[in-house]
Amino acid sequence: MFRSDREGRRAAGAGDGKPGIPTVPPRAAELLALLPRPALRWALQRLVAGVGRRHPDLFERLGEHASATFLIDPTDLPVAVRLWPRPEGPQVEIVGRPVLRSAWHARIAGPLAALLGMIHGRLDGDALFFSRDLAIEGDTEAVLALRNALDDAELDLPDEAAACLGPLSPLVARPAGLVVPLAERMTGVALSRAGRPPL
Amino acid sequence: MTGARARGAGQRPGPELICPAGTPAALRTAVAAGADAVYCGFNDETNARNFPGLNFSRDEMARAVRHARERGVRLLLAVNTFPRAGAFELWTRAVDDAARLGVDAVILADLGLLNYAAHRHPDLRLHLSVQAAAANADAIRFYAETFGVKRVVLPRVLSVEEIAAINDAVACETEVFVFGGLCVMAEGRCSLSSYATGRSPNMNGVCSPASHVAYREEGEELVARLGDFTIDRVPRGAPAPYPTLCKGAFAAGGYRGHVFEDPASLDAATLIPQLADAGVAALKIEGRQRSRAYIEAVVGSFRRAIDAHAAGRPLPAGDLRRLSEGQSATTGAYRKTWR
Amino acid sequence: MPDGRPELTLGPVLFNWRADDWADFYARIADEADLDRVVLGEVVCSKRLPFYAQRVAAAVERLQRGGKAVALASLALVTSPRERGLAADLAAMEETEIEVNDLTLLGLLPAGRGFSVGPLVNVYNEATLAFLAERGARRVCLPPELPLASVAALATAAEGLSLTLEVWSFGRVPLALSGRCYHARIHGLSKDSCQFVCAEDPDGLAVETLDGEGFLAVNGVQTLSYSCATTLGRSDDLRGAGLTAFRLSPQLCDMVAVTRLYRDRLAGALGAGEALARLQALQGIAPLSDGFLAGGVGAARVSGPGPL
Repeated sequence: MFRSDREGRRAAGAGDGKPGIPTVPPRAAELLALLPRPALRWALQRLVAGVGRRHPDLFERLGEHASATFLIDPTDLPVAVRLWPRPEGPQVEIVGRPVLRSAWHARIAGPLAALLGMIHGRLDGDALFFSRDLAIEGDTEAVLALRNALDDAELDLPDEAAACLGPLSPLVARPAGLVVPLAERMTGVALSRAGRPPL
Repeated sequence: MTGARARGAGQRPGPELICPAGTPAALRTAVAAGADAVYCGFNDETNARNFPGLNFSRDEMARAVRHARERGVRLLLAVNTFPRAGAFELWTRAVDDAARLGVDAVILADLGLLNYAAHRHPDLRLHLSVQAAAANADAIRFYAETFGVKRVVLPRVLSVEEIAAINDAVACETEVFVFGGLCVMAEGRCSLSSYATGRSPNMNGVCSPASHVAYREEGEELVARLGDFTIDRVPRGAPAPYPTLCKGAFAAGGYRGHVFEDPASLDAATLIPQLADAGVAALKIEGRQRSRAYIEAVVGSFRRAIDAHAAGRPLPAGDLRRLSEGQSATTGAYRKTWR
Repeated sequence: MPDGRPELTLGPVLFNWRADDWADFYARIADEADLDRVVLGEVVCSKRLPFYAQRVAAAVERLQRGGKAVALASLALVTSPRERGLAADLAAMEETEIEVNDLTLLGLLPAGRGFSVGPLVNVYNEATLAFLAERGARRVCLPPELPLASVAALATAAEGLSLTLEVWSFGRVPLALSGRCYHARIHGLSKDSCQFVCAEDPDGLAVETLDGEGFLAVNGVQTLSYSCATTLGRSDDLRGAGLTAFRLSPQLCDMVAVTRLYRDRLAGALGAGEALARLQALQGIAPLSDGFLAGGVGAARVSGPGPL
């Protein structure tokens, strides 16, 4: 799904000289656009609700910013995600482009690989910002709070996804434990947490 | 090396490595990556990195002390802002809690708070924050004799030669910054941020706060503003300037550009041998507001460098530039040519 | 304060003035300005001092003859051995009041020796004020960054400590100090071979944003505000809070006229709006600001001209 070659970087509009963040090739992004949005939202909603349940400290760190509306904007995908963290139950929504400025308080935008790398503690948010791989807009305090809260939570999305499956999770965990590292090597994308023990 | 080592110091030779942690996860990362000591703050205006979503509750601090101690790492608590008139108790409570939780030292800047800590908690080890800007042997001796300060974090206005001269003249330990965000001004004596935003490091624990930052696209340029002032303009696609006031681009006389300092971070890794020879007790990394990824990379890199130097091996080549502001690095005031 | 009227202090000249201009300025101040107290000496850069060091004694004498109390200011950032020597020399002067701008002096002053504290020392709370009083501080000029609420709380504390508090009342605000000389940097020179280019800007060198808006002013290693702070719009509040002393910091404009304006305003002979309008109308003065006292953006102008 990802490619980390020079073409991909050029497509992302990054300079030629620097080691780039891999981007999703347009062809793969188009495929994603074909997926039914309700199904995508359902899966994402389960994931986010599970993260909220398993990491209540997130809301402590977010404080007042938990009520903000965030736009998580993977610039190499055809859709973005609106997120309401809210301690009483986080909500997500898939939105197509262009997204209206009135639809969010705080926007955090960059290639999917940058966003995943940051969530997984592999990439530093400030460094991504200094290199222009990440852009923030609107309520910068809210973005900082979310970034710091997620960094402290030490999330691992494969783990979180597996946990959502409840009793079925052991059936998925073993194959995932083999596939995730392989996929990381092939794409150069942080698909799991830094220093995560093998499943 | 001048002065006695801190109590409970590890067996490692060479200067100690002092590492930042803004969250419990960052603290565990710093400990695992080879920190000798980690410094943190409470989640309020008593510390100079009072950012949203950052820092430690009292419970988290208690767990952090335990986690560090079990692994032979010391924990330092920064209470390094200047207490507000009429609200001194918020700061004394931070010092009282630090003593109760058993942190290895508190890092203080305010005269009144130092006086309080020295009298109320005579056994609590005191470090002088960089915010106190003690830049010479006489000032350091004053703090050591008056409050029993055991270590002084030196302001970033001194060259390596001046640091060596200070260590020859005082018995108190010294600690210097070797990596991270760089203040060009004498810290603790700068009101630039409050002039533009109403919020300052001394009073609020923030500098050029994100709450007052705005970016705007103007034609082919990205404009970064702080409060009502334009701090930088860059062509679209150039590295993003965070509008830290002293790193901005301005016009003065016939000069147009970075009047005060280029957007660069401090990286004094190559000076570890000289700083060790100059007698500094500890090397400090800035960045409590940074992520686990930063902590792991920077702490690991400096751990390897200090160990290599202590073992008489050449310094390993490390490139931490991608983590730096403006993605470029400087050795700052340590080399006299910077001035 | 024999007659209970507010005291006016003239702070030290922060800029690099030519020795003749420096001496002429103090001669005129001594003879014509209605000031209670004058602080002089080099605060910003020790390299400037040799140019006028020979003129200090005469200036002090003339000021005293003009009925002013005189204090000598210490350097704000002391690093080199020569600067430590200057600090020690100052601490040893028994006859003269010393204004401490860096805590280096606290370690050097003999025990029991009184001193005053300048605006570049961090005095933010009652505990620090009490500590300094215990060490011998008789007078403290507060940091310009402080909001009125803090100033009022400290004024209350000062009464119990028999300290006189002063507030920064006029002049470009000192905002930062550095190890680096910005005047030299702007001219492509190093600090060690600076050619004293700061002398070209006796009121500070304006730093504008890239939109052409006045923002800061550079004075060697010091950074000041572009705007000129004034408490003329808040003098009733300050008097009400118990403040009795006000500091005017020398700029190129007519400081005798500035002194007169403050006297008239403090005596109630002039309304706040009128006083502000007259101050802004003085030749060569930067836009006025008073945002720090209001507890917000320092650069802001809160009190407008006209009746308040």
